[in-house]
Amino acid sequence: MRLELTRRYALAASHRLHSPHFDEAENERIYGKCNNPYGHGHNYIVEVTVTGKVDPSTGMIAHLDDLDGYVAREIIEPFDHMYLNKDVEAFRDRVPTTENVCVEIFARLRRFPGAKLVRIRLEETGRNSFEYAGQRDGDEDD
Amino acid sequence: MVHVTRKIEFSAAHRYHNPAFSAEENRRIFGKCNNPNGHGHNYVLEVTVGGEADPLTGMVLDLKELKEILEREIMDRMDHRFLNYEVPELADQIPTCENIASLIWKLLAPKIKKGRLTRVRLWESPDLYVDCYGDGTP
Repeated sequence: MRLELTRRYALAASHRLHSPHFDEAENERIYGKCNNPYGHGHNYIVEVTVTGKVDPSTGMIAHLDDLDGYVAREIIEPFDHMYLNKDVEAFRDRVPTTENVCVEIFARLRRFPGAKLVRIRLEETGRNSFEYAGQRDGDEDD
Repeated sequence: MVHVTRKIEFSAAHRYHNPAFSAEENRRIFGKCNNPNGHGHNYVLEVTVGGEADPLTGMVLDLKELKEILEREIMDRMDHRFLNYEVPELADQIPTCENIASLIWKLLAPKIKKGRLTRVRLWESPDLYVDCYGDGTP
């Protein structure tokens, strides 16, 4: 029986989309309002999906306390109520688009010891969401 | 292939307790879910059937039939029940979202004659759900 367990977490953070590869006018043209120099924020929803065998003694793929603790340490504490561009090392030289944030969250959670990470789905707003399930054969290293 | 999803809600009580563990271990492992008197959830079940639309009806399957199967197999069995004591298939299992979703798959898969069950998604609360794909791949 193939089962996947998904847990949803909320985090609030600000970001600014601005790339050093472009000049000011180009940044404004490409990123529009998201290029506002002071940044802006979102209530992100992080969906973490894991899979594995159900332990017959607990009925669980992963103990939720373990998953919640791991996500709190790796994601919520470093990201929640932060300015992603400055407060998270990974985004000092990488534009914190929700695509990149999604990939970063996957990289931080892939070593969760309690179960196998399947995918991250990140909602930036109720209307935009992004999914990343890791590298496939032939993908470039991230 | 087209996938059709129907959603239903049922409310049920459960308790996590493994008689092989001591009382203290049960409390440590299952926490609040070990409360002897149980607790409950409003479960939301999304059942997805995949298939080709019949050229005559334009349907993968008749949703009215699916509704009746869900009523008979799931609602009658689980709605407003204490899962540990009133659903015999769960009597010797911990009624976690994983185990309930697996049971729902086993109950529904043989009953769906048009199309094929491709996913059972069971929400225990707005921040937790389990997907079951049977022996297939997602």
